[in-house]
Amino acid sequence: MKPAPFEYHRPTSLAQALDLVATLENPKILAGGQSLVAMMNFRFVQPDHLVDLARIGELSGIEEQGNVLRIGAMTRQRELEFSDLIARRLPLMHAALDHVGHRQTRNRGTIGGSLSHNDPSAELPLVALAFDASVELASRRGKRRISARDYLRGYLETALEADEILVAIEFPCWREGHGFGFHEFARRHGDFAIAGAAAMIELGAGAIVERLSITLNGVGATALRLDETEAAMIGHRLDSVLLRRAILAEVERLEPVDDVHATADYRRHLAKMLTMRAIADAAQAAGAPMARI
Amino acid sequence: MGKQKVTLRVNGVSYEREIDPRMTLGDFLRHEIGLTGTHLGCEHGVCGACTVLINGLSGRSCLAFAVQEDGSEITTVEALAENGELNILQQCFQEHHALQCGYCTPGMLMTLTELLRDNPKPSEKLVRDTLGGNLCRCTGYAAIVDAALDAAQRLAAAREA
Amino acid sequence: MGAKHFGARVQRIEDPALLQGKGRFVDDVKIPGTLHACFLRSPYAHARLRSIDASRALALDGVIAVFTSADMPERMQRERMPMLVPNAAIAALRTQHALAVEEICYVGQTVAVVIARSRYIAEDALALIDADYEALPAVSDLKSAIAPGAPVAHADLPNNIASDFKMEYGDVDGAFARAPHVFEESLWQHRGGGMAMETRAVLASHDSASDLLTIWTGSQTPHIGRRMLSDMLDRHIESIRCIAPDVGGGFGPKAIFYAEEAVIAACALKLGQPVKWIEDRREHFICATQERDQYWDVAIAVDDHGKILGVRGALLHDTGAFVPWGIIMPYIAAATMPGPYVIPAYRLNVRVALSNKVATTPVRGAGRPQAVFAMERLLDRVARELNIDRAELRRRNFIQPEQMPYSVGLTFRDGKPLIYDSGDYPKGQSEALRISEYDSFEERRKAARAKGRHIGIGLANYVEGTGLGPFEGVTVRVLQSGKVAVATGATQQGQGTRTTLSQIVADSVGCRLEDIVITVGDTAAIANGVGAFASRQAVNAGSSAQIAGTNVRKQIVALAAQALGVAPDDIDIADGEVMARTGNKPVLTFGELARMSQGMPGFSMQPGQTAGLENTAYFTPPQAAYCSGTHVAEVEVDLVTGGVKILNYSVAHDAGNIINPLIVDGQVQGGVAHGIGNALFEWMQYDDAGQPLTTSFADYLIPMAGDVPSCKIAHVETPSPLNPIGVKGAGEGGTIPAPAAIISAIEDALKEFGVHVTDTPLTPGRLVELLTAAGAYDELAFG
Repeated sequence: MKPAPFEYHRPTSLAQALDLVATLENPKILAGGQSLVAMMNFRFVQPDHLVDLARIGELSGIEEQGNVLRIGAMTRQRELEFSDLIARRLPLMHAALDHVGHRQTRNRGTIGGSLSHNDPSAELPLVALAFDASVELASRRGKRRISARDYLRGYLETALEADEILVAIEFPCWREGHGFGFHEFARRHGDFAIAGAAAMIELGAGAIVERLSITLNGVGATALRLDETEAAMIGHRLDSVLLRRAILAEVERLEPVDDVHATADYRRHLAKMLTMRAIADAAQAAGAPMARI
Repeated sequence: MGKQKVTLRVNGVSYEREIDPRMTLGDFLRHEIGLTGTHLGCEHGVCGACTVLINGLSGRSCLAFAVQEDGSEITTVEALAENGELNILQQCFQEHHALQCGYCTPGMLMTLTELLRDNPKPSEKLVRDTLGGNLCRCTGYAAIVDAALDAAQRLAAAREA
Repeated sequence: MGAKHFGARVQRIEDPALLQGKGRFVDDVKIPGTLHACFLRSPYAHARLRSIDASRALALDGVIAVFTSADMPERMQRERMPMLVPNAAIAALRTQHALAVEEICYVGQTVAVVIARSRYIAEDALALIDADYEALPAVSDLKSAIAPGAPVAHADLPNNIASDFKMEYGDVDGAFARAPHVFEESLWQHRGGGMAMETRAVLASHDSASDLLTIWTGSQTPHIGRRMLSDMLDRHIESIRCIAPDVGGGFGPKAIFYAEEAVIAACALKLGQPVKWIEDRREHFICATQERDQYWDVAIAVDDHGKILGVRGALLHDTGAFVPWGIIMPYIAAATMPGPYVIPAYRLNVRVALSNKVATTPVRGAGRPQAVFAMERLLDRVARELNIDRAELRRRNFIQPEQMPYSVGLTFRDGKPLIYDSGDYPKGQSEALRISEYDSFEERRKAARAKGRHIGIGLANYVEGTGLGPFEGVTVRVLQSGKVAVATGATQQGQGTRTTLSQIVADSVGCRLEDIVITVGDTAAIANGVGAFASRQAVNAGSSAQIAGTNVRKQIVALAAQALGVAPDDIDIADGEVMARTGNKPVLTFGELARMSQGMPGFSMQPGQTAGLENTAYFTPPQAAYCSGTHVAEVEVDLVTGGVKILNYSVAHDAGNIINPLIVDGQVQGGVAHGIGNALFEWMQYDDAGQPLTTSFADYLIPMAGDVPSCKIAHVETPSPLNPIGVKGAGEGGTIPAPAAIISAIEDALKEFGVHVTDTPLTPGRLVELLTAAGAYDELAFG
């Protein structure tokens, strides 16, 4: 299990990196390498050129810009995990990070790498989708910004063009006091989830749902939102019966894969159950406790 | 494809080598500079046997290329004992029978070295969660957890003394 | 003789080197000029190899050679790999060729070998070899393999039945005809692996000056390997040395002599350069041997009080494509099922089927976990149907200690009548119940239910034949330095063999532990050896260590008595020093005596004096020594996810006398972890075409630190009368009953839903399926 040969490049600026990916044949961007190098060792991926972004300082860091947290694509998961800013402004991300791999992989793995690998069971794409984050993509042609929903295109697939590099992810923060919940089920702690669910709620007067985000992983080609359930609940009080019906109906239509870890039925089952748990936690935190399962 | 010159500081010693860019850090340590204490158990980043400290942080040496770590400071299991004297964590491993075949042990030690440095009083849960990145097939983990908790106490006592 | 070390929690002498990264595993052995090998393996489960064209690979810079079967020594082309344990009941005596000759019978079978300057380049070359195969219909699933009209795993065989035999005693049909209650179960246990953390590894080097071929191999059985190599390479055995240096875990699959070992040795001879092959993890998943896939259709007949009247049924065992270890596992399984219980009549029809998957050979437990699962599932069923507490039901059926030695009525795999030598099964179970606080469990259940939690408890018993022959030898020799050299054919993959044998020798000879210099796993150290499997080394090598050590002590006493001019019974030995109890005589050291024992050039020895202080003993056990135990698991099931957490795990274990409790506890705890893997996680999956699907540690799950609780362990010590140190094996007992105990606990946790579990591993998905069928979620769905 040794990788195929490649040439290694270590640009020190984004401009250099963009030149490289625009001009090299069959390049691959190396971020933290925690998925990519494993796939290279298996020879599932055989780039001719590896462009390592680790020495590009401008790609790393967490910055508070008003109501938005801008996170450089090369920011290590470890930095997110121990960031007070993240714990305070993006508590859902903080909670989800506890489920991301292991100590050794979080030390090296990056947020941009996770979003670009886009494993359907990964946590950080789910978090980006939950927040309606936007991603900034750069190429020699210029910069563009698209929503996480558009970026996370499908199974291990993103909207990144061959000459582009993911520069940063911008997370609009939710109002202080919003409720959130995150539940996922993996066979062992730290494994990729079989399925997971995140919920965020903002309640208005009379416990009316003003804002709701329900996001799942493990049950589709990529992380996905329960749009219909969200729409059905916004503007209403949280009613556990209505909520359950909406979730059951919407999840039932999902078409997750059958694989060595789980059947599609089981993934749907988990999605329903974990969504209810996540919403119950979120509701509780937002000040409108509801029945738990 | 061409070789590349790298300089890595490993356990305080600088090693300058011309290497194939695809050489993993694990293979560099084991076969380029002869530090065979770091073991490769899966080469896909799950078993943790190859864990070393890269600039002080635990990482899997099978998932890093040596060229990436040009200029980095690497710490391996060979650095733990001083003049052949086992350090406290190593002593606790022996006393609690926390190793059997010894193949996963170097990775375990490096993960726990980082943990005990960053969390001097870890809970059993934190120890077990952290060890999630290191597989052991022999011990059933109990003795490793005991050794880690015992080492934490003895390190604390040593600091106070 | 004082037992200063025997029985003490002695810290291991192996540890300091391993803790400092100074272990010596095969890949740590460096010989200048070593070439690196990589195998071309079949991508098909069943195919005919038409041709191989390696010209593109050979053109790659750094590639030294690509060899196929035609390049191997004549005998390796002509003959298949040797079968280690032939048995008259095997219909298809089939093993593979070292490199494929024509027909290929599983994915991963060795087709060709690339030799290159580095493993990286060797892997590059693999992609450039053009191999042409004709795909043949493959049979993957075990039940399909015996269905009429199934594709055959080997084109020239009439069907897939490798063996068909029966184990039986008593009037089974009569017992079932008369019984007031008969219950049936259909059970299935899936394939898993040994999954040692170190993969297989071979380094071969031929020294032309001495014509010695040295093989470093990550093997449990280097002496057996040497015999095989001698045959396959047509070399006399004295010109081959096999060394199993530090080995990173064994668990059974490394007891096999593999094609790769023969091929790498042949390559080193052919090229005149050292050749190394380090198996990668993917290869290990695909082509290291595996175990466990068995179907059981069994029935139990009981009276109104739950007393067993008879057990009968059928066992279907998957041997994979070949039978390198014969039919040992189904045989052991069939002989293990009666366990600690009085079963008046027993019959098991055993069928062994071939399939196009890698061969199965013993993995920790070797057929026993399945057998115990079958027996204990039946007993749980009886307990439920007759409303008898599960522990009480077992108590009513135990063989009593005063019935020892107890003849079961079968023949064990060692060819001897299956006679339990010793054991106290009621005591073992009551100890396990005590430490697990079984009696107060209902209070814990009630408290948990009040919080909406579902917890359950389960137990399982087993008896295991350990310490199998033929022999293991130990040489003890006092050196002129005063050190005591110990050499054995026993090997170590983590069991602490060096430490336990050193303890025994230190006591029996009379020296300090640190004065022992021990060599294990090296054919140059001792003429004959067998190796590690069947929890046999403490019994075999331990006894030999005791005998050889005692004999050397006698030599020391005789020589010292002569030198000091006193009677032999006036001699004392302590810490490597020898002294007369009476008179003012000088103290003699072991070193001085060792020098004396060499005599003087040209002078005759004293009458009765032996040359050197040295003895070799080959203890040969008369039959297996039967260890036993009881496991109690307490679990919590999350109804919502199907997730299972093991809250408490208790083991009462009888391995006879214990040489080192620290090590035995470690064996038990580690064995339980493997059993948890079998119960809940580990499943080597294949598709219908025989393609392996779980070929990484991300897909094949072995338990992690968060999945294995720290066990409570109680030792019950009934010494075995069959060996001089009274020991029994301890390496596998932790694994054997674990799936049965855990599944029993899960069923108990869910008893209000009537969930019935028949397969392992029990995945959370399967549990949710069972709960769904039981209506556990109806309320949620319609609430």
